[in-house]
Amino acid sequence: MSRLETRFAELKAEGRAALVTFVTAGDPGYDASLRVLKGLPAAGADVIELGMPFTDPMADGVAIQLATLRALEAGQTLAKTLQMVREFRVENQATPIVLMGYYNPIHRFGVDKFVAEAKQAGVDGLIIVDLPPEHDAELATPAQAAGIDFIRLTTPTTDDARLPRVLERSTGFVYYVSVAGVTGAGSATTEHVTEAVARLRRHTDLPVSVGFGIRTPEQAAAIARLADGVVVGSALVDKIAHAKDADQAVNDVLSLCSALAEGVRAARK
Amino acid sequence: MSQSQYRPGPDANGLFGSFGGRYVAETLMPLVLDLAREYEAAKADPQFLEELAYFQRDYIGRPNPLYFAERLTEHCGGAKIFFKREELNHTGAHKVNNCIGQVLLARRMGKKRLIAETGAGMHGVATATVAARFGLPCVIYMGATDIERQQANVFRMKLLGAEIVPVTAGTGTLKDAMNEALRDWVTNVEDTFYLIGTVAGPHPYPAMVRDFQSIIGKETRAQLQEKEGRLPDSLVACVGGGSNAMGLFHEFLQEPSVQIIGVEAGGHGVHTDKHAASLNGGVPGVLHGNRTYLLQDNDGQITDAHSISAGLDYPGIGPEHAYLHEVKRVEYVSITDDEALDAFHATCRLEGIIPALESSHALAEAIKRAPNLPKDHLMVICLSGRGDKDMQTVMNHMAAQEKQA
Repeated sequence: MSRLETRFAELKAEGRAALVTFVTAGDPGYDASLRVLKGLPAAGADVIELGMPFTDPMADGVAIQLATLRALEAGQTLAKTLQMVREFRVENQATPIVLMGYYNPIHRFGVDKFVAEAKQAGVDGLIIVDLPPEHDAELATPAQAAGIDFIRLTTPTTDDARLPRVLERSTGFVYYVSVAGVTGAGSATTEHVTEAVARLRRHTDLPVSVGFGIRTPEQAAAIARLADGVVVGSALVDKIAHAKDADQAVNDVLSLCSALAEGVRAARK
Repeated sequence: MSQSQYRPGPDANGLFGSFGGRYVAETLMPLVLDLAREYEAAKADPQFLEELAYFQRDYIGRPNPLYFAERLTEHCGGAKIFFKREELNHTGAHKVNNCIGQVLLARRMGKKRLIAETGAGMHGVATATVAARFGLPCVIYMGATDIERQQANVFRMKLLGAEIVPVTAGTGTLKDAMNEALRDWVTNVEDTFYLIGTVAGPHPYPAMVRDFQSIIGKETRAQLQEKEGRLPDSLVACVGGGSNAMGLFHEFLQEPSVQIIGVEAGGHGVHTDKHAASLNGGVPGVLHGNRTYLLQDNDGQITDAHSISAGLDYPGIGPEHAYLHEVKRVEYVSITDDEALDAFHATCRLEGIIPALESSHALAEAIKRAPNLPKDHLMVICLSGRGDKDMQTVMNHMAAQEKQA
């Protein structure tokens, strides 16, 4: 079983949802970002999404755009992001890591080389925002052949006609983008999420994680009652934006993560 | 030239060879697929085509002339040079050809709101114009740097009722404006039509924009046939995203005798880090929905383009151009800021026409080539836009030169 499968199966047995946390690799700098990454599991993150910075994050809101810029200005590269995963895996073999970002840096790095190095580093899954199933042959197929899950985004605009196409080759989990918009935008209603998750469950047995616009432990708890996973990104990244130095950035991200984890763990009690 | 390798595209997946495609977020996929279906239907609908023809004639003012540039021809002393006068269109550039087509499609699809990105502001003005004509609200994303250097066009858009949103991310130029327009689109998918201004973006945009611009080449063929009784020997057009160039070239791609030259913005020179020549100084990658040549670093981060002309200041190029470059059907060269400015002044003085700085790149390449060509060589330059919008840029440049002298 893959790390993602194992993790979602364990949590299902525990009767609770996963807390999936997003941070941008290299934000605000390599060392502080690695401290965040290493600290997240103890702070209650069940799955980690690690953003691969790209100059043109078309589907991201201001918070993640700024995180990307901070990381790039601090010298982050795709090679360094893979190195961060390697360093994380020295201490942690259990927490799945999903790399999230845009295709161009991988295209430039070379798909075969990337897939091989990502697997070796201990990457469990990929979410590539601008690679719809129509372009599966480019990265999804070689990644899955190497044992890396390819996680698809489904959205409010993914209708019943298109959904099977999107889910067909999905592995790991399904990410439901609950709001048509960029990351960090407004949040969806409970009714909308309930209905959307039910619709996805009719089409797939994969765990369903819900993201976009979830910022507080209360919101996380509300989603944790409905879905298999709760994704929080912009709110964590904002803590780095507002910190006065790297130490505060690390502490504030991990404190918010702990609070979110409490929300998720208490949700179904 | 190896015309045998050229195949008209794109295929069903929007690919020209290995370029193009649909590299967009899932939220946009259903829309992009829907747009492709609607466009195919519209293209085959005589009523749509009739309406398009009506607005091309009575609103844009087509056909515009194919003008024999007699004094420029004498000055160069070689090839016989013609200007395709796109700058005489309503709004002063070729951009409106595409905007009319897309707004008719938007209306057909029942969309209630238009958004667009703009660099030099010509596409923004053309979009604001058709939005006013069809009574649709319109939001134009424009880089803060471009707003600064294109004040006249900003004011024109405001007069036409558009809302201008300044984009400060990145270098505040066309690429950043396009990112922001895509963010708007992903947020307002239900009611919004994204009116892309060039032959780039996800399929069907590159093919659709090319089709709406291809009237440039169709008219050119007929007009030259009437004047000279034959095909042109060469075509020259500037290429940023490349819509005026595709518009002129497309009609002639399968004519092996026609030599075709695309001119990229060389900025301070392609050997420096200040240019916008994606084909001559970039490598293939994926940005803004398509695979094409991009200016990027070794980590796949997009680097900043530079050109004196805001309309060419983009680190990518339309995917069909990338394909035509690879199969060597079109020759892509570059012209520096200084060469473009010299051609700008020459055209003002010799022909009484103030060309856009974008078009001045094509003029500069023509002025380089014409003297070495025989007098019966027929060369057509796409005069894609007029230069009124560039007065401030040219004034600043002339003032800086006087200071240096």
